[in-house]
Amino acid sequence: MKQQTSPLKLALIPVLMFGFGFALVPLYDVFCDITGLNGKTGRIEASEIDAGLVDDSRIITVRFLAQTNTGLPWSFEPLVEKMEVHPGQVYEAVYRVRSTSSQATKGQAVPSVSPGLAAEHFNKTECFCFVQQELGPLEVRDMPMRFVIGPNISDKIDQVTLSYTFFSLDRG
Amino acid sequence: MSTEIAHETAHDEHHDHGPAKGLMRWVTTTNHKDIGTLYLWLSFIMLLYGGSMAMIIRLELFQPGLQWVEPHFFNQMTTMHGLVMVFGAIMPAFVGLANWLIPMMIGAPDMALPRMNNWSFWILPFAFGMLACTTFMEGGAPAFGWTFYAPLSTTFAPASTDFFIFAVHLMGISSVMGSINIIATILNMRAPGMTLMKMPLFVWTWLITAYLLIAVMPVLAGAVTMMLTDRHFGTSFFDAAGGGDPVMFQHIFWFFGHPEVYIMILPAFGVISAIIPTFARKPLFGYSSMVYASASIAILSFMVWAHHMFTTGMPVAGELYFMYATILISVPTGVKVFNWVTTMWKGSMTFETPMLFALGFIVMFTIGGFSGLMLGVAPVDTQYHDTYFVVAHFHYVLVTGALYSIIAAFYYWVPKWTGHMYDERLGKIHFWWSTIAVNVLFFPQHFVGLAGMPRRIPDYALQFAEFNQISSIGGFAFGLAQVFFLYIVIKTIRGGEKATDRVWEGATGLEFEQLPSPPPYHSFNEPPPVK
Ligand code: HEM
Ligand SMILES: [Cu+2]
Repeated sequence: MKQQTSPLKLALIPVLMFGFGFALVPLYDVFCDITGLNGKTGRIEASEIDAGLVDDSRIITVRFLAQTNTGLPWSFEPLVEKMEVHPGQVYEAVYRVRSTSSQATKGQAVPSVSPGLAAEHFNKTECFCFVQQELGPLEVRDMPMRFVIGPNISDKIDQVTLSYTFFSLDRG
Repeated sequence: MSTEIAHETAHDEHHDHGPAKGLMRWVTTTNHKDIGTLYLWLSFIMLLYGGSMAMIIRLELFQPGLQWVEPHFFNQMTTMHGLVMVFGAIMPAFVGLANWLIPMMIGAPDMALPRMNNWSFWILPFAFGMLACTTFMEGGAPAFGWTFYAPLSTTFAPASTDFFIFAVHLMGISSVMGSINIIATILNMRAPGMTLMKMPLFVWTWLITAYLLIAVMPVLAGAVTMMLTDRHFGTSFFDAAGGGDPVMFQHIFWFFGHPEVYIMILPAFGVISAIIPTFARKPLFGYSSMVYASASIAILSFMVWAHHMFTTGMPVAGELYFMYATILISVPTGVKVFNWVTTMWKGSMTFETPMLFALGFIVMFTIGGFSGLMLGVAPVDTQYHDTYFVVAHFHYVLVTGALYSIIAAFYYWVPKWTGHMYDERLGKIHFWWSTIAVNVLFFPQHFVGLAGMPRRIPDYALQFAEFNQISSIGGFAFGLAQVFFLYIVIKTIRGGEKATDRVWEGATGLEFEQLPSPPPYHSFNEPPPVK
């Protein structure tokens, strides 16, 4: 008699692979986190910044982009378009958002940094993207964002673009 | 030999009952031959259904500007055409061939799990019925492409998308059950003496394909499930606003999608490896290298998915890795083509219809392989991506590759199945008509693609007009050729010159050497002797 292969044991493979499909989701995030891919920015506490590490000799140009996704009746823009910064020093940029809706609306900003390799060095101590934003009818709001570029950023990079997209959180 | 066969027939008349009478036979059947026939007919119907949508696409593209259909309807046509052809025509056809052939090739009386086999098939008409109904729903059928990228398939999709999702779940369940059945049959039910390395290559390639299927169909099911919860239950797998990522959809989809393209081509390799030796009258060159090449293609196919995503902003290291890995796959693929050509070398070849389709396969599949190689080169894919060049590539590998092998398999085994020879003259007409038409149809698409015509659009710039017109004419001719094929199929089933048991002078394998044409309803109740 040949060694029998049990169909039930075989059925384990698809069950496991179904689970694997879902496991790809956290794996994907972990992978992006480790490699700094995907342009996701980091968050640090103001107290963690060592003021002695400011690198005066380098200047990096940071450009700010802002857009809203479909379905969110807001206009959204940075008050300054670009800044020249030294690695290690904390800066503040302010964004203005204005609701054009006659109802209360809710949104979430999602950042993305380009080039991707700069992302893991781009950290924020304070950001309107850390929480959901809710605007009343026609409300205008100035929102601060404080950031620091880590001194270890590759010296090949002298321009960084930070882009925010506001997504609607009002379903339906 | 002939006495053995006569004995077998007599034996069958004593103990066996044939099929049940009436239509219920087909609903309740657990016979591998019946189920194979059902699969093949479903696949043919889907081929004609998907083909008629292709005719609408080519009609609209016959001229620049919008003539016949709305852009939104056009998008529904490209989407449904792709889904129906991949999941409805190509995949079930190979499962049908597996059902008919694997038990006869390994000397087994039937599939290992005949009841489940019935289920695997009968789920499918419901899945495709549901998919077809979406065309008549409010908002229309899915229109986001057969690759259903989020957020097109989540945030911006029509209501009918939920039916599409359920249909994909059903197809997945059917494929997984069918594959488990095939693996269990091959591993447990071979006749004594039929060692793994004596199995025909069609059985080998199907064994590998079945493992691919049970590994990746569940991932596809996971992807559509995530879509479903994103759409209705407030999750954000693919929604950046909630912390998800639409690019992740592409990673999950192509983790399924690239192995899927090999699911559609590995059984074709098995078919070609059966036909070429028969008509070259020489044993297959490099049998074991064929087995290892198939296995390595299957393993590599899990490691190259992001060559579909070169333009999503991957880091250079990622592009380089996926580029080299993709190009690596052409090595085992090249081994196969080399072995087929070497099998023919100094053979005494004849060119009956199955051989013609097999030769057409080798030449034109290789053309598709070459354009695939070009697409695999990351820096140039930036230009080719999402143009008609990609469309030309995958139609060469799928139409003149997978579909040609299915047609070749039909002509090669139909005399065995029905006991009737097909009409050789009509078969040759079918081959030449199809082959000329298919090249008129798809070859120009390489050029419009290189010149920048994007895929999936109903209108295009004026300079592409002539080539599109040529393409459309080829398309109509190719479509008509397959209606002609339907006529040949029906004619062959209803009658024709009596086929011999061996069918082809050079044919080998248990189904030709040990069974009459047509084989009895229940074959190999006693395991046959294996040399
Ligand atoms: C030598 C082997 C092959 C290589 C190197 C290759 C490479 C590629 C690449 C790089 C793409 C992506 C092009 C783009 O979107 O820019 C692609 C697309 C595609 N390939 Fe292949 N391929 C090969 C064989 C096959 C085979 C055997 C099949 C199926 C039987 C196949 C089916 C497809 C399909 C369906 C697409 C388009 C997917 C879509 O809709 O976007 N390929 N191929
Ligand atoms: Cu691929």
